[in-house]
Amino acid sequence: MIELEDVSHSYCGAQLLSGISLRLQPGSFHFLTGPSGAGKTTLLKLCYAELRPTRGRVRLFGAELAGMDRDAVARTRRRIGVVHQDCQFLDHLPLAENVSLPLLVAGRDVAAEAENLRELLAWVGLQAQTDALPPQLSGGERQRAALARAVIMDPDVILADEPTGNVDWEMSLRILQLLVELNRMGKAILVATHDLNLIRAAKAQVAARVLRIKEQQLQQAGAEL
Amino acid sequence: MRRLAPLAALLAGDARADRVVPPSGFTAQLTRFTAGAMAFLTVFALALSLAAGRLADHWDEALARTATVRLSAAEGQMAAQTEAILEVLRTTPGVAAARAITDEEQRALLEPWFGPDLPVDTLPLPRLIEVTETEAGMDAEALRFRLAGEAPGAVLDDHSRWRRPLIEAAGRLRLLGWLAIGLIGAAMAAMIALSAHAALAANARVIAVLRLVGARDAFIARAFVRRFTRRALEGAAAGMALGMLAVALLPRADAAAGVLAGLGFRGTDWLVPLLLPPISAAVALAATRITAMRVLKGIT
Repeated sequence: MIELEDVSHSYCGAQLLSGISLRLQPGSFHFLTGPSGAGKTTLLKLCYAELRPTRGRVRLFGAELAGMDRDAVARTRRRIGVVHQDCQFLDHLPLAENVSLPLLVAGRDVAAEAENLRELLAWVGLQAQTDALPPQLSGGERQRAALARAVIMDPDVILADEPTGNVDWEMSLRILQLLVELNRMGKAILVATHDLNLIRAAKAQVAARVLRIKEQQLQQAGAEL
Repeated sequence: MRRLAPLAALLAGDARADRVVPPSGFTAQLTRFTAGAMAFLTVFALALSLAAGRLADHWDEALARTATVRLSAAEGQMAAQTEAILEVLRTTPGVAAARAITDEEQRALLEPWFGPDLPVDTLPLPRLIEVTETEAGMDAEALRFRLAGEAPGAVLDDHSRWRRPLIEAAGRLRLLGWLAIGLIGAAMAAMIALSAHAALAANARVIAVLRLVGARDAFIARAFVRRFTRRALEGAAAGMALGMLAVALLPRADAAAGVLAGLGFRGTDWLVPLLLPPISAAVALAATRITAMRVLKGIT
C-alpha cells in the first residue's frame, strides 16, 4: 500500500533521512522509534505525501508519488488516516464537524453519514462531546477525536505521530487499544513514538514490527523491544 | 441559463463547506466597502462616458447637414450679391433650404460678446446665409466654384473644419470614461486579490488541516471565492444604487449645453449600471480564484 524505496530527504542542505526503505502492507503494525529530531515525523510526512523525497521512490497504493499532481495527492490522502501529536483541528468548529471534515472535503453527504459518525464517536468514547469546541477538550479527548477523524473515511492505512505524547498512561493504553482494534480490522498501522512502554504493551497484543531511525537510517529495533 | 448555473450555485454556497473557514470579522466589511466605492465611481464614469457619446452624436448630427455662406461685399452690392447667392443655392443639388440671417438675428448672435446695443447696421459685418442640406448632402467644392463666379466675396463654411475637432474631443472624453471604468475594475481586482491573499495567509493553519484530510485545492479555493464574490456583489449593488441615485439628483440640462450639464443617463442608459454588481462579482471571483490557486500551490 505504501512503499518507500531507498528514500532520502534533505532540507536546506541538511540530510534528514538517507536510504530509507519501508513497505506498509494490509494488516501490518509498525512502530517507529528514535530520539527527538531523528526524522520520525519526516518519514511519516513522506508516507502521506506532505513531503516529497529528494532521492528514491515513494509509491502510494501502486502510484508513483513523483507522477502525482496535487489533486491526486488529495485523493490519495483520503485513503490514509493521519493522527498528529497536536491533533490539528479547526478550533471554530464543534467536535462532530471536525471529525466529519474528511467526508465534507471528499464531497460525501455528511447528513447521510450521521449515524456512522455517532457510532464512531461512541467507539472513541466522545458521544457526549459532539458539540464541544476542540479547545474545550482534554488532551486525551483530542487524541481520540483525531483518531476518529483519521478513520471516518475507512482508510487503508493509519499513520500516528506521537499519539500518546500529551496523555497519561491510562489514556495511552486506551488509544493503543483503539489502534489495535483498527489493525485487527485489517488496516495497516504505523505509529511514531518514543514511548517504549507503549511499544511493549502493544507487542503483548499484536505482532508489531519495531523500527528505529538512527543516523538518518532505518533499522530493525533490538531485542529489548 | 445553463452557463449561469455554476455561478448561481457558487453564490448560493454550501453552508457546511463555507464554515470550514472561520468568519473574518471587520475585514469582510472592507471588501464590501471597496466594491461599493468602486461601483459608485464607475456609475459616474459611465454617466460621463455615455454623456460624452451623446454629445458627440448630437454635434455630429446637428452640424453634419448645415453650412454657412459668409458674404463680405461693398455696402451697395450686399443685397444684390446676397440674392445671387440665394439663387445659386436654390439651384444647387443637395441644398434643402437657404436663408439670409436677419440683422436682428445677427445682433442676437453677437449680443453675448458686445452687449444689446450693438449698432449692427453701421458696422461692416459680413452677411451670413444659413444653408440646410438634404439627406444626400451637397457637393461643397462645386458650390464653392459656383459662388466664386456669382459672388466673389462669398465664403462657404461647411463646418467640417471645427466640427471634426469637437467630435474628436467628445470621442476622446468617451474613451477616457471607458478607460476610467477599466482602471476602476482593475483597481478593484487588485484590492480584492490583496484581501484574498491576506485571508489565505491568516488561515494558513486551516488550509493545512484541510489539505491533511484530503481537500483538493478547488474545494479550499471555493470557500474563499464564495465569500469574496458575495461581498463584492453586495458592496457593488449598494454602490451602484447610491451612484444611480446621485446621478438622478444631478440638475438636468440639454446635452448640447455641454458634457457636464448633460451628465446623466437617458432612457435605456439607466439599465447599463445594473450590470455593475454581476461584473464586480465576476471580477472578484476571478481575482480570488487566481490568488487562491496561486497561494495553495505553495502549501503541501
